[in-house]
Parts: sequence; C-alpha cells; structure tokens
Amino acid sequence: MTDDHRSGISLRVNGVTHRLTVDNRTTLLDALREDLGRTGPKKGCDHGQCGACTVLLDGRRVVSCLTLAVAAEGAEVTTIEGVEHPLQAAFVAHDGFQCGFCTSGQICSAVGMLAEHAAGWPSAVTADVSPDTPPPTLDAAEVRERLSGNLCRCGAYPAIVRAVIEVAG
Amino acid sequence: MNTANGAVGTARPRIEGKAKVTGAARYAADVPMPDLLAGSVVLSTVSRGRIRGVDVSAVRDMPGVVGVIDHTNAPRLNPKAGGFFGPDGQLRLLQDAVVPFAGWPVALVVAETPEQARAAADALPVTYDEEPHDTAFTADHPAGRPALTIFDEPVDVGDVEAGLAASAVVVQERYRTPEEHCSAMEPHSATVWWEGERLEAIDSNQGPFTIAATLAALFSLSLDRVRVRTEQVGGGFGSKGLCGPQLILAAMAALRFRRPVRVTLTRAQVFLATAMRPATDQLIRIGADADGRLRAIWHEPAFEISPLAEYIEGCTELTKTLYAAPAIRTNLTAVPLDILPPGSMRGPGAVPGSFALESAMDELAERLDLDPLELRLRNEPPVGPVSGLPFSSRNLVACLREGARRFGWDTRDRRPRLRRDGALLIGTGLAATSFSVGAFPSSASMTAEPDGTFTVAIGATDLGTGARTALTAIAADALAVGIDLIRLKISDSALGPAWPAGGSRGTTSWAWAIAEAAAKLREQDRRGTVTVDTGQSLGDLPSLERHAYSAVFAEVGVDPATGEVRVRRLLGMFAVGRVVNPLTARSQVVGGMIGGLSMALHEEGVRDPVSGRHVNADFAGYHIASHADVPDIEADFVPDYEPGIPLGIKGAGEIGNVGTAAAIANAVWHATGVRQRSLPIRLDRVLEA
Amino acid sequence: MKEFAYRRATDLRDALIAGSTGARYLGGGTNLVDLMKSGVEAPDRLVDVRWLPLAGIRETPDGGLLIGATTTNSDLAAHPGVRRRYPALSQAVLAGASGQLRNMATVGGNLLQRTRCGYFADPSYACNKRLPGSGCPAIAGQHHNHAVLGWSPHCAATHPSDMAVALVAFDAIVRYETLDGGGEIPLEEFYPPVGDTPQRETALPPGALITAVVLPGSAVSPRSRYRKVRERASYAFATVSVAVGLDGDGGSARIALGGVASRPWRARTAESSLLAGPPTADGFRAAADAELSAARPLPGNGYKVTLARNLIVAVLEEVHA
Ligand SMILES: Cc1cc2nc3c(=O)[nH]c(=O)nc-3n(C[C@H](O)[C@H](O)[C@H](O)COP(=O)(O)OP(=O)(O)OC[C@H]3O[C@@H](n4cnc5c(N)ncnc54)[C@H](O)[C@@H]3O)c2cc1C
Ligand code: SF4
Ligand code: FES
Ligand code: FES
Repeated sequence: MTDDHRSGISLRVNGVTHRLTVDNRTTLLDALREDLGRTGPKKGCDHGQCGACTVLLDGRRVVSCLTLAVAAEGAEVTTIEGVEHPLQAAFVAHDGFQCGFCTSGQICSAVGMLAEHAAGWPSAVTADVSPDTPPPTLDAAEVRERLSGNLCRCGAYPAIVRAVIEVAG
Repeated sequence: MNTANGAVGTARPRIEGKAKVTGAARYAADVPMPDLLAGSVVLSTVSRGRIRGVDVSAVRDMPGVVGVIDHTNAPRLNPKAGGFFGPDGQLRLLQDAVVPFAGWPVALVVAETPEQARAAADALPVTYDEEPHDTAFTADHPAGRPALTIFDEPVDVGDVEAGLAASAVVVQERYRTPEEHCSAMEPHSATVWWEGERLEAIDSNQGPFTIAATLAALFSLSLDRVRVRTEQVGGGFGSKGLCGPQLILAAMAALRFRRPVRVTLTRAQVFLATAMRPATDQLIRIGADADGRLRAIWHEPAFEISPLAEYIEGCTELTKTLYAAPAIRTNLTAVPLDILPPGSMRGPGAVPGSFALESAMDELAERLDLDPLELRLRNEPPVGPVSGLPFSSRNLVACLREGARRFGWDTRDRRPRLRRDGALLIGTGLAATSFSVGAFPSSASMTAEPDGTFTVAIGATDLGTGARTALTAIAADALAVGIDLIRLKISDSALGPAWPAGGSRGTTSWAWAIAEAAAKLREQDRRGTVTVDTGQSLGDLPSLERHAYSAVFAEVGVDPATGEVRVRRLLGMFAVGRVVNPLTARSQVVGGMIGGLSMALHEEGVRDPVSGRHVNADFAGYHIASHADVPDIEADFVPDYEPGIPLGIKGAGEIGNVGTAAAIANAVWHATGVRQRSLPIRLDRVLEA
Repeated sequence: MKEFAYRRATDLRDALIAGSTGARYLGGGTNLVDLMKSGVEAPDRLVDVRWLPLAGIRETPDGGLLIGATTTNSDLAAHPGVRRRYPALSQAVLAGASGQLRNMATVGGNLLQRTRCGYFADPSYACNKRLPGSGCPAIAGQHHNHAVLGWSPHCAATHPSDMAVALVAFDAIVRYETLDGGGEIPLEEFYPPVGDTPQRETALPPGALITAVVLPGSAVSPRSRYRKVRERASYAFATVSVAVGLDGDGGSARIALGGVASRPWRARTAESSLLAGPPTADGFRAAADAELSAARPLPGNGYKVTLARNLIVAVLEEVHA
C-alpha cells in the first residue's frame, strides 16, 4: 500500500478527538468499530440498506457504512455510546427491541429525526409540504416514515414508534 | 412449585436492556481480540459444476494476505458429522471440487485486515467446469419423491375420496410460497482461536452446545476440546441453528495459521449461504356439508430441498390437528434441486402450511356463504382428529372469540368488495393457527453462593427472545427468592447440553431444567451445587396433543389502481400457556406477526432463470417490512396453562408468524373479491386495469 | 474494494484538473462507495467535491431557483423556496432512499447514480452497461422492474432517481464545468437514448463536474404532486412514479414518469393530448393511453404499463381536485 492510499485523519468521536491513519477504503463504520473500539454501530448490510450503522455526523444522521472515514476527517461523530437521550429509557420501558442489533441505529436515527422535525422538515407522508402551512405533528405515520431507513427483523417497530412518540411528547 | 413471589407473570424490561440502548451489548463481531486475522469467504458463482482452479498466485502477494484455504489444502472434515437429519453435506466445506449450488463456499482468503481480506477475496480467480443445473421448482417435478418421515409423516384416516365426493362444497386449490430468507439483522460471525489444545470460538448461533458438538465431530475432536460461546445474538430465526460456514471456515483458518481468525459473512453471503425457507406448492382439497361441517381434508404440499442435506418443511402439521374432519390425508413431496439447502425458518412448515390451509378454509366459508369464524367454531375437534389423543389444553375458541370481540368482527359484512375509504378498497380477514408444543432434554446446574446469590448455569442462548429475562424470573420463583439474587449464566457450550433456541422449545426446555435443579437445591436446603438433566422426566410426559393456539385478524386497504396493499390493523390473540413475561412475550408474538406481514406482502427470493442464481440477495432487492409497512399491532393472551410442563408454559417464539399471511390474504380477497393464492401479494398481482 | 487515493478539492480548478485526468468525483458517496464495494466501480482516485463552494439554493431573477450541485437531498427537500414553488420536487426527494441517505446524498450525485438492475450490480453476471458487449441477462431473465419505454435490446435498465423525475417535469437545466469551459444541458436531453451504448449514460463531456441545477421561473408550479409506487411503503426504489405539475391557471400540465425507462421520462405526448380538451377523467385517460401507446413491455413487466397509466390518471385527478 502506497502513502497515496492511506490518510492521516482526525475524528472527534463522542467528544474525544482521535488521530489515526486509515486505509482510504476504510469506512467510517469500520474505523469506529475496528480502530476506535466503538462497536455500538452495527454492520447489518454494509450497503446503506438497513440503517444499523447509523451515527450522527456533525449532528445529522448518516449511514456510516457508506461514509468513507477519510471523507469524514475533521467531523464530529456521535455514536450510540455518546448518546444520552430520554429515548434510551423509553426504548427499554416499551421493549423497543428484541435482539438489539438494530437498536443503536434506531436510536441514533431517532435522535437525528427529532432534530429534523424540530427544524420543520416535511416527510414523504406530510400531506402538504408548503412552508406556509404549520409543520406536521409527529404522529405514528410521520414517525414510521421518518424511521423507515432502519430495518428491524425482530419486528420491534410498534414499540419503537410508541417510545419515540412518548419522547417527542 | 412455589411461585409465591411472582416473578413469573410480571412484565419486566429486559435484563440486558440498558446494554442494548447504550451500545454496550456485545455481539460476536464486536469482541476485541489481539492478533486477529480476518477471513473473507468466496462463494461459487455457478449453480452446479466442478472447480477447475483457484489461482492463489493472483492474490498471494496482495497487501496483508496471509493465505488462502480451498479444497486442495483444507483440513479434512469428518463426513459423518451432521445434526438432526443425520450426516449433513452442507457442513463439508472445501473438501472437494464439487459445486452443488451457487453460493457454495469455495475458498477462504485470510489477511491481516478485513479490507485486505475482502479485496483479495474479490480478486481471487476461481474457474469452473459448469454442469447443467436445475433450480426450477415445480410441484410435479420428475425428481420429486416422498419427504422423510421423521416428523410430519403422511397420514390417511377415514375415506378422503368418499368424503370429498359426498361434500356439498369442495375447495380444490393450489397455494404457493416462494423462497424466503431468515434475514436476521446480525450477519453470521465467528472468531476462533486455539487455547492450548482447545478450540475456542465466539459465534453467533442459536445453541452453543449443539454447535460445539457438531464442530467437534467435524474436526474429529473430543467435545472437551471445543468450546463455543455466543455473545448477544442479533436474531436467528432459524438461520443460526446450524454450524454455520463462518464457524467452520474460521476454525479451519485458526487451525492452519495458529492465530485467532474472524470470519463475518457479508449480507449477500448470508442470503446465498445460510438457511432459507424452501419454496412450497401445496394442493389442498377440503370438502364440507352445506352447514359447514368438514368431511375431508387432503393436503399435498411439495417443497424443494438440496441433495446435500435432508430437510422436512412440515406443512401439514396443522392440517392434522386444527379441525375435526372424519377423513384427513396428507403427504409431503420433496423436490431435490441444485439450490442452497433449505432449513428451518421461523415457524417452519406451519407458516407456509397455514397459509394454504387457512386460505382454503376462507374460500370454503365463501362458497358456503358462512362466516369464516363460524366455520372454525363448527369444526372444533374433541380429540386429535388424526391421533385420537386428547388435547392437553385447547384454547383456540377463546382466541377466536376474544379476538373477534376486540376486532369488531361481528359487524362484518362477509360479502367482498363493499367497503371503501376514498379510492381504497377495505377488507378484513382472519386465520386460526396452532403450533406444536413440547420440550427437549437439557441440563442445568445451580449453585448457592456464599454471598447468598444463586448461580444458574444453562447452555441456553438469547436471540432477542427475552430468554435471559424469562429464565431469571423462572429461577427466582423456582427457588422462591428475589430475582436480584439470581446470577444467570448462558451462552456457553461448557455449561452442558441444552436444546438450542428453536422449535419454540427453548424456553420450555430450559425452564424445565431450571425447575428441576431448583427443586433439587431446595431439597438440600439451598446449599451447595446441583446439576440435573431432564432426559428422564421428559420421557415421563404423557403423550397428548399439545399445542399453542392463536387467532389473527387483519384489516387491509388496497388501492386497485396501483395494486398497493397496506395492512391497517392487525390483532392477534394467543394461547401460549402461562406467560412468563407479558412485556417480552408480547414483543415476541408481535414480532412474529410482523414476520408474517412481511411474508404476505414483500418477501421473495428471486432467481435468474438462466443461471439459476439469486438476483436479489440484498436488503434493497429482498424487501422485509419497514417501519412504514407496519401498523400498530394489538396482541394479547388468553388464560392458558400447559399441564405437565413446569410452570405451564408453551413457548411463543414462532406462533406469531403462523396465520398472519393467510389473515392478510383473506382480507385482500374481502377488499377486492380476488383470491391471492401466491405469496407475496405483490402489487402486480393485485393491480386492476 | 480496490485501493485508491483520496483528496478534498477546495477550488474548482483543482477539482477539474483531477477530473480531467481520470479521478472520480465523490459526492455523498451513497452510490459510488456502494458500487466500489461491489467491484462495479473501481476508481484509482477520488476527488471529494463537497468542500467546493457549490452547496446552497439561490433564487434566480426569473423567479426560478439555482440549486448547487453539492446541496444535500435533505436540504433540497426542506428548502422553503422548493416547497413553495416546486412542491413535487420536495416530495420526490422525500420519497427517495431514507433520512440518513438523504442527509448524505448530493444533487449532482443523485443525477448520476447508476441503475439498480440486479445484474448490473453483481460483476459475476454479464451486463452490457457494466461490460459493453457482454450481453444483457435481464432481458432474457428477471426484468420485473425494468423499462417499458425507450429501452433497447442491449439494455432495459431504468434510471432509479426520484428527484430527476420531478426535475425533468420542471424543465431543469444541468450546469457543468470542464477545464475547457462550462455548459448547460436540459435534463430532458441529459440522458441519451440507450441504443447500442447503454454504458453511455449522460451527455456530459468527459471530466465534467456538475455545478448546479437550474429550475426556470416559467416552470413554477405550486399545484404539483409526486407520487411513487413501490414494493414496500418506504425505503424502496420506485416501481413506477409520476410527477405532475399544473401551470399557472391550470390550463396545461407537465408530466414525467419514473421507473419506466433508462431516463426520467417526460410525458410530452400526454401533455399535448391534455391540451386538446378540458380536464376530465376521460381526457386524463386518453392522455395516459396516448403516452403509453409507445410502451413495449417485456414478458415480465407488462403490469408497469397499466400501473403508469393508472397513476397518471390518479395524480392528474388529484392536482385538479
Ligand atoms: C439503500 C438505498 C436506497 C436508495 N433509494 C433511493 C430512492 O428510493 N430513490 C432515489 O432517487 N435514490 C435512492 N437512492 C440513491 C441515492 O439517492 C443516490 O445514491 C444518491 O442520490 C447519490 O448521491 P451521492 O452524492 O451520494 O453520489 P455519489 O455516490 O457521491 O456519486 C454518484 C456518482 O455521481 C458522480 N458525481 C457526484 N457528484 C458529482 C458532481 N458534482 N459532478 C459530476 N459527477 C458527480 C460520482 O462520481 C458518481 O459517479 C438510494 C440509495 C441507497 C443506498
Ligand atoms: S438491463 Fe442493462 S444494466 Fe441490466 S443487465 Fe441488461 S444491460 Fe445490464
Ligand atoms: S450497515 Fe450501514 S445501512 Fe446497513
Ligand atoms: S431488535 Fe432485532 S433487529 Fe431490531
């Protein structure tokens, strides 16, 4: 491997700055899991098709499996290990998971989603996307659509939706 | 048994809940390991043939590559190793040049990092001499032959032909279900290393003891030289019941390179190389009197298998027990094809079988102009209609009646295509189900610790079923102590023989062992250590018809202009014996119903007709239900108790899947007036011009 | 995945020099990185264009919008100007992928994303688009979700973008730069006919960098609607989709279809058919039939013709309601 194929990067993960050298092929997910020991984000598909690897990148939810670590250089990354949010207790209380493999992604995604909703973003089920109408309330249909990028094979969806609605208030 | 302190029956969040919502819960691929090598699997890209060559020289010098294992240099495996169905050819990886199906592992590339291993695996040239293949499943395939009869054996009671001939109404239809994939969110991963003379493995599987036993047999090691542990397991649904390719190949590499090796399957490899539900094609004939009393049921399913490994998709289990009919005939046909060996997927047999049976019952009700609920009530059997054995407990009627009450079934107009909501056609449907119940031998040990706590050790696993939480409650009640005094140890083959998580028999089997151990420990004043094996007491269990039951009700909205079907309401009432933890048990059955919804509307493995290979081996092509597909689901339990099984429990792991697809298909008929006899109910099958 | 060099471009020229010498532009990476993992794409060098000053949406003097090429899909969908003037564009973007992917994906990358044909995505199959001349297994094989319009015997793949369907309905223009200067291409002409060159997917000159997409003021259409039909309720590519926008007084409509062709399909025939009469259900059906009379379904995807026709009618009724 020539130097061209590696990069020295710095990542701020859950408030701590890490300097590391990565193979340019390394995804943010693999850097977090293999290099930084942050195994909360999961690899369910490695192709952006399941959401298990969801983290917050500069506050926005992304799939870390399609984010190159080198392209995230300088970014602020929040993984489930850095999340402290009422959603977590709500997930436990409502049993919003079974095997738990999708859970870190579901929670990170929900954290990002709540911020998007608070910013007034519409969704695919918002009846009228016009900015001149009041933003949609986060009912079950809105939550489901906005979290659809997080698959759960155990079928914890109804409990997850209940937990999120409870927290969204 | 003393259950005075009532841990059993109380809703309680999962013990490992906090770990799962903070990212602390560790799964097999999460375990840190020094000096770890990465193994990347190469799968065959032809459906049948022989490997001509594996050009190792092309990748040997790639960065980080440590070596390649293929059929020319792999350790020899014991051909007798197998499982439930005997010697299992799909375990015999890299033993010869034969390629029995596309997706068969042909090499393992081992390198210092996962990126390097993957890159070299992708670059490894493998050439084949292709041979003609056959992957096209049909019920009348010339290779079809009777399925094994270890269970769901053929039956023929009464005179089916005469019964059908004398019936006022006969339904005779075919129902088809496609190949379906378990699709647990956690891809299979194993890490293997040698600890002195002992092979140590961390593997995502459904039962570390049986896996360790298979691994030991494969590598001709004594059982005490193999230890398999699971960490948290990210779902299994059947696909992690076998000793998986990740584990066998990682063990080969650890043996060869004498360093720890981790093999994690890619998502595509999970689709291509781990158990799927076989496609089925089921002919059903049901005849009834004009008043809806069944005269005969004749159920003839065919399913696909691989010549590598025997398997039975027991589609007719329900047919033999659910309804009273004086004549019942069943026979299963297995069609060997050049395909990934099918295996158990959540609710094996019962799930496709019930789709056929419960769809046919709905068609019968339609032709009789009878309420489908009433049809079920009229055919309650007093004893097993085939076995003649009494039912240990049969609460199907309670499920049907209570479900109907909550769903508002009694106001339903049974004529199809009458209800609209805007452009949508609305319909409702139901299905009744049963799922067989029992327990298998397991061992457990219990130790009273000096600090007043009790260590309970059992080779169980928790795939997300809530087993950890349930077994802790069971142990606490059995010992009549608080749950905080129980230290449960599971997920380790060294804890002794135990039935794996599967067949809805995990919790019953383990609870049984724990109950016996607790009784024994109490006999010795809760001091010292006891170890039990339930083999003996299980044998004493009287032979009865033992089943869990449920009734599933669905409401769908169908857009006739686009063919889109959406489930608007789903309700299930369950009789699953004593409910150990209502919170997690509800999650189990709701999860199962979602699996059934997903099967009804989305899931389908698609093959290229020319090459015979899968073309949708990913989550963008093989759709499983997403959040947006799933309505809020009501699920509840009717009072139920299984006599003879400690605590009266039955197991709730799979019954949720059973019945849901038929309930939805029946609702689609009620909405549109058109029967859907092939799953999934794709929009092109519903679309109207 | 093959090894590659990576660089962040900070000025346009820098990026174009790299691009002209064979480097690939990296936007959100949601398609390129995905395909690199599968071995379908294997660039030696990536130039990350997200740090170029191209993000953001501006109003143009004619009342339209200029959307910078590195604007993320989410920022595009959430933009008040888009939601007010071209609501179907916001809806189309929101109907695509997932919240996470939309936060990553850029406008430029979305237009250039490759087909989701399963054979294309798996290098162990032949595919004329991936390996010109190797054949098209889809036409003889699984083509349930392939094209019914404008395909050729060499390739029947569809373009997967939702965004592009709304954009083509709104007469969007793609702006690009090369080392030899820039240019503009109407989106309707951006994707060339398949012919015998399915590997040639755009009219962009080699090494060109998309800098913006311009929506003309003349296409502003507050009464517009995007509807997408797919095999599950969310997080799935389109089976068939339709964008419809009514102009000014509602006298004329702009219509585009997704999931039916190698490009977002502007339904010009349907549009002119509608001009011929009043907006009635019969007129809508006649317009849809006129457009789809050109359809040539494969043995396994005839349902798409019915679906497209029904959708055009349903959405026309919706916007006229
Ligand atoms: C699971 C999944 C589901 C999806 N579902 C949908 C869906 O339903 N509907 C839909 O429309 N899309 C869907 N997408 C696709 C997604 O929208 C695209 O991948 C995305 O828009 C591409 O944008 P990007 O910035 O990530 O592009 P990249 O992956 O970065 O790049 C894609 C291509 O564009 C080139 N490129 C990027 N920027 C420029 C530029 N400025 N100038 C010139 N060339 C450039 C790159 O070199 C590359 O060839 C889905 C994707 C995934 C992974
Ligand atoms: S349809 Fe096009 S992309 Fe698909 S296999 Fe054929 S040539 Fe390739
Ligand atoms: S692992 Fe990233 S989306 Fe599945
Ligand atoms: S909890 Fe198992 S996949 Fe969601």
